[in-house]
Amino acid sequence: MSTDAHADRMTEVSDKFGITPEDYMLPARHMINLLDPDGTLRPQDKQGTEPGHEYPLPSPARLMEAYSALVTGRRVNDQNSALVRQGRMAVYPSSHGQEACQVAAALCLEEGDWLFPTYRDTVAVLTKGVAPMEVMTSFRGEWHCGYDPKAYNCAPMATPLTTQLLHAVGVAHAAKLRGENTVVVAMCGDGATSEGDFHEALNFAAVFNLPVIFFVQNNKYAISVPFSQQSAAPSLAHKAVGYGMAGERVDGNDLMALMSVMTRAVRLAREGNGPLLVEAHTYRMQAHTNADDDKRYREDSEVAEWKAKDPVIRIQSYLDDAGLLTEQAAADISQKAEAVAKTLRDGMNQDADTDPLELFEHVYSSKTPQMAEQQALLADELAREEA
Amino acid sequence: MTTTTSRVNPNVSDATARAAAKAANENQPVTFGKALNTALADALTAEQSVVIFGEDVGTLGGVFRITDGLTARFGSERCFDTPLAESGIVGMAIGMAMNGMRPVIEMQFDAFAYPAFEQIASHVAKMRNRTQGRLPLPMVIRIPYAGGVGGVEHHCDSSEAYYAHTPGLKVFTPATVADAYLMLREAIDSEDPVVFFEPKKLYWSKEQVNLEELAQQYESGKAARTEGKARIARAGSDATLITYGPSVSTCMQAAKVAAEEGISLEVIDIRTIVPFDDESMAASVRKTGRAIVVAEAQGFASVASEIVARVQERCFHSLAAPVLRVTGFDIPFPAPTLEKYNLPSVERILDTVDQLQWEA
Repeated sequence: MSTDAHADRMTEVSDKFGITPEDYMLPARHMINLLDPDGTLRPQDKQGTEPGHEYPLPSPARLMEAYSALVTGRRVNDQNSALVRQGRMAVYPSSHGQEACQVAAALCLEEGDWLFPTYRDTVAVLTKGVAPMEVMTSFRGEWHCGYDPKAYNCAPMATPLTTQLLHAVGVAHAAKLRGENTVVVAMCGDGATSEGDFHEALNFAAVFNLPVIFFVQNNKYAISVPFSQQSAAPSLAHKAVGYGMAGERVDGNDLMALMSVMTRAVRLAREGNGPLLVEAHTYRMQAHTNADDDKRYREDSEVAEWKAKDPVIRIQSYLDDAGLLTEQAAADISQKAEAVAKTLRDGMNQDADTDPLELFEHVYSSKTPQMAEQQALLADELAREEA
Repeated sequence: MTTTTSRVNPNVSDATARAAAKAANENQPVTFGKALNTALADALTAEQSVVIFGEDVGTLGGVFRITDGLTARFGSERCFDTPLAESGIVGMAIGMAMNGMRPVIEMQFDAFAYPAFEQIASHVAKMRNRTQGRLPLPMVIRIPYAGGVGGVEHHCDSSEAYYAHTPGLKVFTPATVADAYLMLREAIDSEDPVVFFEPKKLYWSKEQVNLEELAQQYESGKAARTEGKARIARAGSDATLITYGPSVSTCMQAAKVAAEEGISLEVIDIRTIVPFDDESMAASVRKTGRAIVVAEAQGFASVASEIVARVQERCFHSLAAPVLRVTGFDIPFPAPTLEKYNLPSVERILDTVDQLQWEA
């Protein structure tokens, strides 16, 4: 596609909103934020929106669905951290504090759409519909990802940073070549935006005009390194304009704002307007993993400050005030979350049923002669061990 | 196989193209490059999920012209240029393979594939395993490799060991025109990812091969499989030269000279480094009792080292002499005027044959 064609496309989409291409691509001057930390709906002139950057509010039913997933997500994060402390799970990178982002990333998608999560996106994967024990397979020290990516349209949680963004681009590209209208949400963190594949993925997606939403959870830390040492850009969302795509900033602890922004992004992508970059401002409330000590690099006061902006309490207050969260609804939602937590406890309290010989089964479509020999050697050792 | 809408240019029918190819084949020898080009065209015709992309592979037809004419014939959705980013090319191919396509991608030169190494080692090689076989990645990464063409720095590396060392990848390297065609077709049809090393010094080499006939044999399943099957390039009885890719032709010349001196050398072209054909190699060495491994890559921790180890493990009692190696030196690939000192030469191979303890 020629540069002119790109310019035409941007003009076409910016015309829809009655703004210039530059104003369409650059994020709104302020972060999109619909709810105050106490759950109050902000007045329209304080929501960060501006002409051309307006967002449909989610319906009450949609909000309740998202809230339910949020409560489950929080419960799962805390249950998993407890299982790690009890030695029932090898490692867990908790997304405590970021659950609203993850719920929105999964719920904005429709059937047939794909999600590309990272290792910290357990809650997004759960929300996409993957069974709880399947999601947690790799964290209990198994050798495989635990679920069938094609059954859920959800890629394996990526451990290397931003490599999966390019896979997301490829999935979208293949769908486009076949004339399918598939949207892909590709997730990464703030630290990951420094990786080369972040750049290559955004560039490829824009050049091929693919319906990919790059969703960055800026949780302020890459293990210990603060965001100020990752980027000197005015915001990560501003990076979009350099690739010829639109960027947006959103309060990552505001479920209502996230649902609004992501739903709009998915719609725009599906309509053929190319990729988008969404930066969600959130905070990693706990250490990087159980193996990390966050006291070495941040102050308790900073964590306390973010605790006051908690995403669960915020939307709960709103729903309460709006009369949506009836006692019955609250009880049902809590029961649902508890059931998932129980599934995880019960599952993790049983030892994984692993067969070392299976390590050779899926490396190739059929074993090489050399691997068959090695598998036989191990089988022989195992047999002698048992005898 | 997934079904895709046909993107074939309706103005050029397959029959016309095939007839033209046939006419060309009957009268003149075919180059290695043309065999690869024909294999790509035939794969695009045979399977709608095949897509080709990379740097300069579209309008230009590739810097070595291996994709020449494919965009014109099959359309820009089947063969297209990408932004200049190797990790991006491989990463996007992974996603496309996850979603039903069979990408065939080109890395412009051996050393320019290094930016893609993480994608290849961490994902191309491991996606099938990570997903218990649920996400196979049928894709081919074509890499023009090795020296002998007077190339400058970064254009002549023999990087096959990095990939052969990575479980989950298959590594093919053809040495004849017929193998160029057959092995590329097999690679594209493989359910596993294949790193396909093309010895660039062979691109312009010619042989009398009827590609039309070869295509029919392949498509009817009558062509012998090449994967995991070494080829006896020349039969002999006194010693075995085990080799692959660009060094096969050098070994053939060495065997010819040796024959004039009364020494009968067998030349084994291993064809696919992964999977490796231990049996054919061991059978030859048990017969001859002597072996030299010849490869252009630097010898330390190399594919040649692995082959030597495998030969002595299997043939120790048949060996009349230690298994020796003729490889590139353990130095960065030298400048064009100096490459001849580094490349395994006929003379160096014959000198090494002389060291195989013939007196003992």
